[in-house]
Amino acid sequence: MIRKELSISAERKRAAWLFLAPMLAVLVVVAAWPLLRTIYFSLTNATLVDMGRYDFVGLSNYVAYDNGRWYGVLTDPQWLISLRNTLVFAIVSVSLEIVLGVSIAMLLNAKFPGRGMLRAAMLVPWAIPTVVSARMWGWMLNDQFGVVNDALMRLGLIAEPVAWLADPTLSMISVILVDVWKTTPFVALLALAALQMVPKDVYEAARVDGIHPVKVFFQVTLPLIGPALAVAVIFRLLDAMRMFDLVYVMTGTTDATMTLSVFARRELVDFQDVGYGSAASTLVFFIIALLTALYVMAVRLDLNGRRR
Amino acid sequence: MNRVLTGTGLAIACIVLAVFLLFPLYYAVLTSFKAGSELFRVDYWPTDIDFSSYVRIWQEQPFARNIFNSVLVATLVVLLSLLLSLTAAYALGRVQFRGRKFLLYTILGVSMFPQVAVLSGLFEVIRALGLYNNLGSLVLSYLIFTLPFTVWVLTTFMRDLPLEIEEAAIMDGLSPFVIVTRIFMPLMGPAMVATGLLAFIAAWNEFLFALTFTLSNEQRTVPVAIALITGASEYELPWGNIMAASVIVTLPLIALVLIFQRRLVAGLTAGAVKG
Repeated sequence: MIRKELSISAERKRAAWLFLAPMLAVLVVVAAWPLLRTIYFSLTNATLVDMGRYDFVGLSNYVAYDNGRWYGVLTDPQWLISLRNTLVFAIVSVSLEIVLGVSIAMLLNAKFPGRGMLRAAMLVPWAIPTVVSARMWGWMLNDQFGVVNDALMRLGLIAEPVAWLADPTLSMISVILVDVWKTTPFVALLALAALQMVPKDVYEAARVDGIHPVKVFFQVTLPLIGPALAVAVIFRLLDAMRMFDLVYVMTGTTDATMTLSVFARRELVDFQDVGYGSAASTLVFFIIALLTALYVMAVRLDLNGRRR
Repeated sequence: MNRVLTGTGLAIACIVLAVFLLFPLYYAVLTSFKAGSELFRVDYWPTDIDFSSYVRIWQEQPFARNIFNSVLVATLVVLLSLLLSLTAAYALGRVQFRGRKFLLYTILGVSMFPQVAVLSGLFEVIRALGLYNNLGSLVLSYLIFTLPFTVWVLTTFMRDLPLEIEEAAIMDGLSPFVIVTRIFMPLMGPAMVATGLLAFIAAWNEFLFALTFTLSNEQRTVPVAIALITGASEYELPWGNIMAASVIVTLPLIALVLIFQRRLVAGLTAGAVKG
């Protein structure tokens, strides 16, 4: 009997690997191998015209010093601008999304007529393709004929039309606004799911003890939904750090909003420089990997420190 | 008195939120029914109903072909992902073996991958396979984000099914393959619908790969086609056409999402909240 159980377990393990093999093979072809090749290309001077012919150039796509001048992605002023833009975009948009998302989740967690309809409405921005959102908002934010300028002027908030997508500061604000509009619903739904798992008697006990609702929120609710929020933050942060489509469609490749991904694709595809572009791509990968590791460590330390 | 005030505040917050969420789509619909100089007058309520934008988008570009491309690519990607991930999810969710945790985290890692990081490597693979400017390149490359997602979500669903489900089958000596296809597949139906729909939306919306790996108008998917609608100059964009195209590709998605909303939300939050 024991031998039979052992053999069943061994057979299941064999079957498990067999079941995993096709999926793993596909991931090697579309993820692992291309990633390794990208890193490899970043050490060469390959071009898009003929990716088969190249010389090995070491780390000079990243950084090189020649004749009194610095070269390479890491010293490229435009890359540094795109790094700053990406960080500003990620930090501001994700912070806003978390604060707004939790507020909306608290609102939707209360029982009131029309709650179901509001929750359904939340899915609308999320369901609209990003490119479509970018174009819808691009039209609304149009400096001459846009409805946003018209509405703000009617309300007396601005005196004359504002160039939302041309002004450097405003274009970053506009892109963040659209990202917040599009992804806050996702954060709110995650937060709502977490809120609904908080046992009701916790609130009941706090109410009986006469504790102020704000205090209840910060000392009871927030710690309880913390782990779910941490997951939402990391999903959103990674998404924001690799931002491409929204920025590319709304503002193109201008310096004011260029992100790391937009920069890498421009070098690689528009300028056909596979070596330089691959170096920029590889940096996106390592920056995101590093931030993820730091964030996971910070959250784990924090949770361990407070709870155990 | 206090309760009335809170109630009013709540109602105002809800209305402001609803307007913020829905206005862009409403305004796109409004614009899509305008033509000529009407387009450049801001209106907040429907004034005239003109279908000419809806007629022109089919004539001025291969928009029907673009929609067909998107549907074809997204459908194939979803079917492939579900097929590959069903057995994988069984292995990861129901069998204890060494390296399981490591594999799960690797797969999660791939799903968080910046797409741009594989761009040049994928370009080479796609050229080597002769798939450049071919929809096959998109089916292949989209697996990088749909597959980890479907594997991850189906694994969490699979793991939560009670142990008794397969106990009898194991005792009866049924092979793992029979257990997956006969016992788990029917049970996983709802989860697979939700996961498949989410993967479909992700594939339908994808822009970076579609922009990079296709070249001709006939091979483009909907997001690229809509992003590249241009006029004679930057100041003469055909906004009526753009909004009509946007409305056409958005309404079916919204309908699907609203029909399946409960399951979708469950699928979206499954990986995150429990993980």
